[in-house]
Amino acid sequence: MHGRPRKPLKPVDEAAVAAKAEKLRALQSEFLSNHQNKIYSKEAVELSAKLLEINPELYTAWNYRKLAVQQNLAQCESDPESVNSILDEELKVVENALRQNFKSYGAWHHRKWVLEKGHSSMDKELGLLDKFQAMDARNFHAWNYRRFVAALMKRSDEDELEHTQNMIDKNLSNYSAWHNRSVLLSNLMKKAAPGFTSKDEVLTREYELVREALFTDEDDQSGWFYHLWLLDQTVRSEFPLLVSSWPVEGSDISLPAADYLDGCASMNVFHYSSRNFPLVLYFNQSVRGVNSSTVSVSCGFNLNIDLIWKPLSSTDSQSAKVWATHLAIPDAELHSSEAYQVEVKVGFSQGIVSTTGVAYSHPSQISFQLHLQKTPLESGQDSRFGRIQWKDDCFAVYEPGSAEPDLVNLLDNLTIKNEVESTASTWQARIIDDETNIFRDLLDCKIGKLTVARLLTAYNSLRPLDKPVHCKEVLELYSELMKLDPSHYQYYKDNHSLVLLQQLGSFEKLLWVQMLDLSNNELQSIEGLEALQLLSQLCLSNNKFRSFTALESLRYLKSLKVLDISQNEIGSHSIDTTRYLFRSPLSHSVGSCDWNINYLSSETYWEAFFVLKDMGLTQLDVAGNAITSKSFNVFLEKLLPTLKWLDGVEVN
Amino acid sequence: MGELAADKHVKYILAVEKRKDNFESAVLEHLRMNGAYWGLTTLDLLGKLDAVDSNEIIEWILKCQHESGGFAGNVGHDPHILYTLSAIQVLALFDKLNVLDVDKVSTCILDESDIAGLQNEDGSFSGDIWGEVDTRFSYIAICGLSILKCLDKINVERAVNYIISCRNVDGGFGCTPGGESHAGQIFCCVAALAITGALHYVDKDLLGWWLCERQVKSGGLNGRPEKLPDVCYSWWVLSSLTMIDRVHWISKEKLIKFILNCQDTENGGISDRPDDAVDIFHTYFGVAGLSLLEYPGVKAVDPAYALPVDVVDRIFFGK
Repeated sequence: MHGRPRKPLKPVDEAAVAAKAEKLRALQSEFLSNHQNKIYSKEAVELSAKLLEINPELYTAWNYRKLAVQQNLAQCESDPESVNSILDEELKVVENALRQNFKSYGAWHHRKWVLEKGHSSMDKELGLLDKFQAMDARNFHAWNYRRFVAALMKRSDEDELEHTQNMIDKNLSNYSAWHNRSVLLSNLMKKAAPGFTSKDEVLTREYELVREALFTDEDDQSGWFYHLWLLDQTVRSEFPLLVSSWPVEGSDISLPAADYLDGCASMNVFHYSSRNFPLVLYFNQSVRGVNSSTVSVSCGFNLNIDLIWKPLSSTDSQSAKVWATHLAIPDAELHSSEAYQVEVKVGFSQGIVSTTGVAYSHPSQISFQLHLQKTPLESGQDSRFGRIQWKDDCFAVYEPGSAEPDLVNLLDNLTIKNEVESTASTWQARIIDDETNIFRDLLDCKIGKLTVARLLTAYNSLRPLDKPVHCKEVLELYSELMKLDPSHYQYYKDNHSLVLLQQLGSFEKLLWVQMLDLSNNELQSIEGLEALQLLSQLCLSNNKFRSFTALESLRYLKSLKVLDISQNEIGSHSIDTTRYLFRSPLSHSVGSCDWNINYLSSETYWEAFFVLKDMGLTQLDVAGNAITSKSFNVFLEKLLPTLKWLDGVEVN
Repeated sequence: MGELAADKHVKYILAVEKRKDNFESAVLEHLRMNGAYWGLTTLDLLGKLDAVDSNEIIEWILKCQHESGGFAGNVGHDPHILYTLSAIQVLALFDKLNVLDVDKVSTCILDESDIAGLQNEDGSFSGDIWGEVDTRFSYIAICGLSILKCLDKINVERAVNYIISCRNVDGGFGCTPGGESHAGQIFCCVAALAITGALHYVDKDLLGWWLCERQVKSGGLNGRPEKLPDVCYSWWVLSSLTMIDRVHWISKEKLIKFILNCQDTENGGISDRPDDAVDIFHTYFGVAGLSLLEYPGVKAVDPAYALPVDVVDRIFFGK
């Protein structure tokens, strides 16, 4: 089915082809009849060998041969010569079949099946493998089989590692050898085998090895992914750490008791319209085990009754980078002004573990003050029902590095300073520095630019408490790549956009935000926004959102009241690229009883249903999306009983 | 650049279904069930499923079912999980899943001490009683049982753990632990994780880069580094990228052009590469690829179940 020319090189003799096909059909028919009737005579078995030589993909014939072997082995009663002769025959048939098609799953499996009976010398098998790998060093069946034989022979990982070195020495352009090397090396490092205990030494050696592959042919991808893996191994932070929280240590928070929304809010005054006060913990990697045993919360009005901590992750129900809970502020406690000291202790008991199995071992404490106030509403002022408009004068411009020291200080203070040694002056930094200098020699090609950009970004990740450096250079490299490699333009654009976000500090620095305007960007995803638990007003208009399934993060924003998703592409695309990154019956992540078809009109708006159904939105804008229609708006009004404004029009 | 010669492809598929006199169809007899799925799904994506006699096909499908519950590639051949999925998918196309005794079919895939159960202790799946293990079979079991609404009959947690054990440092997946990343295996693993709500185990940025670098200068996609482009990877790579929301990382226009260039616009059908011989397998993957690229005139295909979206929605949200 692959690689045959459309116009045959010689004129086809139709009659001869038909005769050949007829002959094959007759053979197959006879074979199937033998199989059906369990006939394992010498002739019958030979017929199957003949068939497999013509067509090694005839899987039933391999099954048949196994049955024949089982019967014949039983009959010969373990006479070693007979056993050998029977199994030798099978190995020969496999070899013949492989010669016909050395990618035949059936043939390789049959060989394994025979070998598991303890026959054939393993050295012979290795010899056979060498022959196959010489013919095609990328045949993954051969590599899998090699792994199978090596296991049977109990060959050491070190020996197999040497084999990959031999293959690479023969030809650097052997992705399969690099892949196998990564598997063996991972094992050896994990086991802390002698000679593989110093990560510094191991990685330095490997960088030297793979560098040659990248420099020899700048377009050959064989070493690219291996190099990226080495980089990840170099900078990967082993320890789970708390990097940010809301509230922030030392903050002073006023909670007006009145139930109203205001156009402006400052960082210390949190307006909430429910009795639920969020606490957010933001880690540097996905962790599990955050619960009321591992995180204790004490405050004046609440003892540590079992708070339920939830991981803010759409598909994972057990682990996440960001965890949140809500404190219920009881009504009875509201006096005219009362301050409560709240203490959150994270990780003083064991239990929080990263998903890679490393225990959280840096207990942190966050203390803050809560002031509850009763603010009298002026008569006639019922701004609860006022419509929010996204006006430019609600916002002040913040340039990184501009003279707004209070704000800068505040944002910097949002980072939790862990007492972890800065790795900026260790072997990791040295390696990154060396690699960067070497790769600057390759800056005229794609992999050179991309690697330097990644190395500079990696350097920043070693010093998370400091301001990122080299940003301008990295942004320029990605811009150059967009021009150099236009097929992957969007890949470089997305990376460019991430660097821009890093300059601000990304989501862990924005946990305090209540009103956010992300309009007029080119967003198609808001992954990560679920961490902003205080968000009550969000504008996403004029972006590139393609479906309600792209808005999964909103399902976590319990405080959200005002949402603008107008002027997007919802309903314009036949293919939904976030369909499976969304909790729905399709991915078995919601129970069937949660799906209630009460809201159906003639269209099924299941995506919108799941995103919006539990939201207490008072204001929603959806105009300018292909999905909008009269029936859709009717559906929305039914789904959201709290809605006061839909597309700027008051709801009755 | 040309357009999609949809009518020619429909004619080609209908003709292949009937042809018995050439060598190729004799050699591929054992996988007729797969061929039925490729051909019929393509017809549905082109809006022409009504061109075939569904009753005739369903009758034949049921003849391929064995006592154990599994389906063979053709009448008289042995049952295998590969053909069982194709059978389930074809019945789903015709909205005739009700002809199946669901318990009987699912039993052959169940995780039980029953001999017929195909799920192994480590969570992996065998293709049949002869024990070949491959993540392709994990996908098949999960996809098939999900369509039959009895996914809970297997140990999903162990199944997912096995798939994760096949994840490589490049973000991709192989056929068994330690196996090299290959677009076909990646599709199977990513789709299986998608259906079981476990995509958080995929590093989308890392795998997304590996996948988008499958696009070579000609605009076509290959299956792993330094290999030749092939139309079938327009499905394996593209559906994987779609499921992890990174499909915008390749050039859609160049890929569309490549697929259209692989058509035989005279006789119908699509081949692996321009000017190669066509076959049903590549015709399906070419059309499915165009569907994922939102090519006009082609119905939307679901990237995990590899069936038209309206068929999948009917199963999960059906009226």
